[in-house]
Amino acid sequence: MPSKKITAWERVMIAREADRPTALDYIDNIFDEFMELHGDRYFKDDKSIVCGLGRIGRQNYTIIGEQKGRNTKENIERNFGMPNPEAYRKALRFMKQAEKFSRPVVTFIDTKGAYPGLGAEERGQGEAIAKNLMEMSDLKVPIIAIVIGEGSSGGALAIGVGDRVLMLENAIYSILSPEGYASILWKDSSRAEEAAEKMKLTAKDLLKLGVIDEVLKEPNGNAKTDIEKMSETMKKKIVSITKELQELDVNELVENRYQKFRNM
Amino acid sequence: MVIDKIKKRIEYDNENDVQENEEHRSDIPVGKWVKCSKCKQILYKEDLHKNFSVCPNCGNHFRLSSRRRVSQIIDEGTFEEFDLKIDADNPLKMDDYIKKLQTLREKTGLDEAVKCGIGKINSEEVVLCVMDSNFLMGSMGKVVGEKITYSIEKAIELKLPIIIFCASGGARMQEGIVSLMQMAKTSAAVKKLNKEGNLYISVLTDPTYGGVTASFATLGDIILAEPNAMIGFAGQRVIKQTIGQDLPEGFQTSEFLLEHGFIDKIVNRKDMKETLYKLILLHKGGNRDAE
Ligand SMILES: [Zn+2]
Repeated sequence: MPSKKITAWERVMIAREADRPTALDYIDNIFDEFMELHGDRYFKDDKSIVCGLGRIGRQNYTIIGEQKGRNTKENIERNFGMPNPEAYRKALRFMKQAEKFSRPVVTFIDTKGAYPGLGAEERGQGEAIAKNLMEMSDLKVPIIAIVIGEGSSGGALAIGVGDRVLMLENAIYSILSPEGYASILWKDSSRAEEAAEKMKLTAKDLLKLGVIDEVLKEPNGNAKTDIEKMSETMKKKIVSITKELQELDVNELVENRYQKFRNM
Repeated sequence: MVIDKIKKRIEYDNENDVQENEEHRSDIPVGKWVKCSKCKQILYKEDLHKNFSVCPNCGNHFRLSSRRRVSQIIDEGTFEEFDLKIDADNPLKMDDYIKKLQTLREKTGLDEAVKCGIGKINSEEVVLCVMDSNFLMGSMGKVVGEKITYSIEKAIELKLPIIIFCASGGARMQEGIVSLMQMAKTSAAVKKLNKEGNLYISVLTDPTYGGVTASFATLGDIILAEPNAMIGFAGQRVIKQTIGQDLPEGFQTSEFLLEHGFIDKIVNRKDMKETLYKLILLHKGGNRDAE
């Protein structure tokens, strides 16, 4: 069904809907099996990012997803999907393990941003994100990143350095929230809607800019109307891209990834 | 009375809300006098500059232009800036952005927010990048990302150590997502450098925030900082708003980062060149053994 012209701001609203499917909703549907595993081995288990192992058919995967809560209680537990440094360190631990066991990595991006808190600064939020960007650039297994909701700031990119970066039709990906953008650039957060139109944060715009590789259509114009169908679309993509990337030799894979971001 | 006039012109000192503040407070003020933001002493500029732009009275490190930084670190007459002609990008088609850059270039004499080249430190050749907060608060857009990455790749090619002086409010808002991608690009280049075994020393100066903190700035083999520099990921205003409480004294200063284990050493500006030199020599030995 061809969708009407939807504005960037309307997409922001859809990406933020309280009942927008979360990483775990998709993970449960896409993978034949999923076992969540916990902890960064330094400080704690930050629940704003879920990590674990799963498989599709005979192919094993390492799965990493920024996880918003599906209700208030969950949201508090998951810090509204805003990771602290330990969440990024947990993700990195799983990525390095994926490398050890030659498992492709699939990441699901959905965050308002890395958490701007006191403890986050004390424990090196900047360093944690930087380390992920650096290590992902050279990880010797395929990485597929999918922006499923809000992809905001370094907090999104920290699990987003993929060989392929996909985006759901209504997902957004930007340097920060439209509110933050308007407040920094125009000193007026109420101009968020205007900012959203300017920022080129929609999947279509980002495809044109070359920041992402592919836009995934949402069933009936909104993923929440049919999570299973949305998951099926993602699953097919994950399977075909995995095959494609596994045909490359490791050096080629890593060098292609380097050049991909080098040219941005 | 003269002093009063001067005061007005030099009140752009010590503003820490870096994201927002594009006006600056470094050492290119007009007039012959300057006021120290910390001890409020009125200083004769000549004296200040002779003292590395550090207040002789209280030790406050003034922000430094990239030009002056290069002259403090690099042997006289040995700095050769890379001849990179990279066109500015305007991916969001912001009105006035290109014009603004042009105006800034004329005003500051800088082509962008980072100066990159090759020079010598006590005859030791290095690649040096110096960010400049006088140019859109040192923010990182495509040109900055490109220059930093080029410099890292050049260091690999020439087998030289690289030193980056960071000073930045973070990502260049006007370039949107493209500036975010510079974080991935520069961090990937550091990884390449690591695999080749080159030394990378990152020096954090006031201010280092946002996308620069969350990329190459915190990836040095050695991370130094100037005293009392403001360094962090999120800006203080945003943190205060989020957690709804005041921030502790000294939060996000160099000293705070040292205490929490995120930098190797705080170095006074007058000792910076010698410290860098010693570090280069300490790494040279290792390389010789490996050969
Ligand atoms: Zn002073």
